[in-house]
Amino acid sequence: MTTVIDVENISKQFKIHHERNQSLKERLLHPKSGSTEIFNALSDISFQVSANETVGILGHNGSGKSTLLKCICGVLQPTTGQIRLRGSLAALLELGAGFQTELSGRDNVYLYGAMLGLSKRNVDAIFDDIVAFSEIEQFIDTQVKFYSSGMYVRLAFAVAVNVDPDILVVDEVLAVGDERFQAKCIDRIRTFQEEGRSILLVTHQADQVRALCDRAIVLDGGLMVANGPVQESLRIFREHLLEDAVELDRTGARAEISIDSVTTPSGSFDVKSGAGIHFDVQMTSHAAYSGNFMMEIFTRGGLLVSRSDAQGSPVNLKPGLNSVGVYLPQIPLLDGVYDVNVGIVDHHGTVMAWREQAASIQVAYSGREGGIVEMGASITQQ
Amino acid sequence: MNEATSAGVQRRSLDDAPVRVVSARANLRTRLRNLWSRRELLTSLVSSDIRIKYKNSALGIFWSMLSPALTLGIYDLVFSVITKNGYPNFALYLFSGLVVWNMFQNAVNMATGVIVDRAGLVKKVSFPREILALANVGAAVVYFAIQLGVLCLFMLALGRSPAWSFLWILPISFITLYLLTASVAIVMSAVTVYLRDMRHLMEVLLQLWFWLSPVVYSYQNTIALRLHDHGVTWVYFLNPVTLIIITFQRIFYVKTTVLSTVAPHPPLQILPTWNMSTFFYANASLLALVVVIFLGSLMIFGRLEGNFESEL
Repeated sequence: MTTVIDVENISKQFKIHHERNQSLKERLLHPKSGSTEIFNALSDISFQVSANETVGILGHNGSGKSTLLKCICGVLQPTTGQIRLRGSLAALLELGAGFQTELSGRDNVYLYGAMLGLSKRNVDAIFDDIVAFSEIEQFIDTQVKFYSSGMYVRLAFAVAVNVDPDILVVDEVLAVGDERFQAKCIDRIRTFQEEGRSILLVTHQADQVRALCDRAIVLDGGLMVANGPVQESLRIFREHLLEDAVELDRTGARAEISIDSVTTPSGSFDVKSGAGIHFDVQMTSHAAYSGNFMMEIFTRGGLLVSRSDAQGSPVNLKPGLNSVGVYLPQIPLLDGVYDVNVGIVDHHGTVMAWREQAASIQVAYSGREGGIVEMGASITQQ
Repeated sequence: MNEATSAGVQRRSLDDAPVRVVSARANLRTRLRNLWSRRELLTSLVSSDIRIKYKNSALGIFWSMLSPALTLGIYDLVFSVITKNGYPNFALYLFSGLVVWNMFQNAVNMATGVIVDRAGLVKKVSFPREILALANVGAAVVYFAIQLGVLCLFMLALGRSPAWSFLWILPISFITLYLLTASVAIVMSAVTVYLRDMRHLMEVLLQLWFWLSPVVYSYQNTIALRLHDHGVTWVYFLNPVTLIIITFQRIFYVKTTVLSTVAPHPPLQILPTWNMSTFFYANASLLALVVVIFLGSLMIFGRLEGNFESEL
């Protein structure tokens, strides 16, 4: 498989001025005033992306994921290391960043196309597709400053996905537009995947990574802490998120909880479709804590089957070892392996403890239905 | 979606695709190659710059002729009518120099704040940043071409012809002007990111620069003799715009020595009486110098752009 993005030992440092002395007078009078601090946004990151691969980049705010993406797109130069790119790249770091609001939608399509590296003739060829995708035919000759924000981003996204890039880089822009347009964007990304292009996707949404990515990279404080299968990376991502949440907690009021294990009374995670299963969740809490228990069940393909929590009836954890019982009376799932994530969330929904893939259940099904859920359809002629 | 992709699921192989490298600092050769590969973007930006500038004005691009014409009228009134400098066809003399100065000033003025003004673009879209400054220079070239066209019509109306034998030096002089303007524009656009005062300072500096250039007066007729007496003629030519302006004046105003329109009509030496080869060698050496300056400006820009993101 051809490597299309080869990131070799990238580091990026920023100089942070504590006092902004940008006027000439300030610089002449106080040349040494204000301290400058070196901030390491990225430290020694290396990874590769092959053709036909979709890689998610996860990390919370300030983890360096946007900096990494900007380096890959060439918006920033890394301080050390280098990135080798093969094929054309279209980046969506901010939708409509290149738009000139004084110009019409049409002019902006050509201008934005040129920024992404297209010739006028290239844009001519895809112009109708762009307009059709953006759904703003009647306003294409209106100045962009009169566009609604939705129209603005739709036009920008339409240009970027129609430029036929070998590599598409998307930075949290899928969160824009209404639900229908989002679905359309996801759809276009899937088409991209089928066509064998590479996609680099930055997002906060774990669901999106599960649904779209083959692999995920997790950044934390400028370091790469995970680079591997989506499930594994998501687990690490959530754990790092928790560590930080605990670090942020200065009052000490918040308890530190860890989920130790998930077991079944029989010790087996095999279950027949339609039968029930009992989980025992062991947790250690360092203080008394009252929160909601949450459980998610995913298919191996990353599809969320169910998310349930004990809303309204919180679990009260006492210091030390705790055990929570979960009973699923009837599992209506078809043949396959399903991953179970469990956690404790507070009443705002903030995750206090989480264990990704705490257990995997193997469901056996002998009927003829296909899919995920057993509907028990009966067909009769009338 | 274009045909290449809709034709089939199988994509073209990327094995042979060229590899691009993003690293700490691109060398000069890479910079030039990147600039050249994005020339389509340059033309796009130039045309959008021009369109935006005249978007909501009733007279549109006509202003690019009207405003220099009004400036020309004012200078003509002040120097020819009020202070009676006695230069015959002073408007033509002015015009020949102003086309050069206008291009330089327009471009540098616009480019000085361009990176700061378009910070959103600079921080989000990948392209060689110098292109923003070069687009301003490109727009100035378009206005220059329009004004040059008007100058030709003006000469036609006056029934004058240019110095045909010198005309072939014009392209050399123009390329020099272009590269010089581009160099100043590129450096200023980057420096302003760090020193925002430059925008205001530059307005004053450009005024000073204008009066140091022989546009509204004749170098030969004013300070040339005094400088010559002290043997420091070269000081005046330290301003690279001077030679370009004098070359344009030699080509379009033609006459080096004229009779004053003010009685008792003494002869005035307006332009240097250099022969063609002197003009050529002077212009060619300036061009060589300016090419070096241009490459230097790209290197300076490359050094400065590394820290743009923490300043913008």
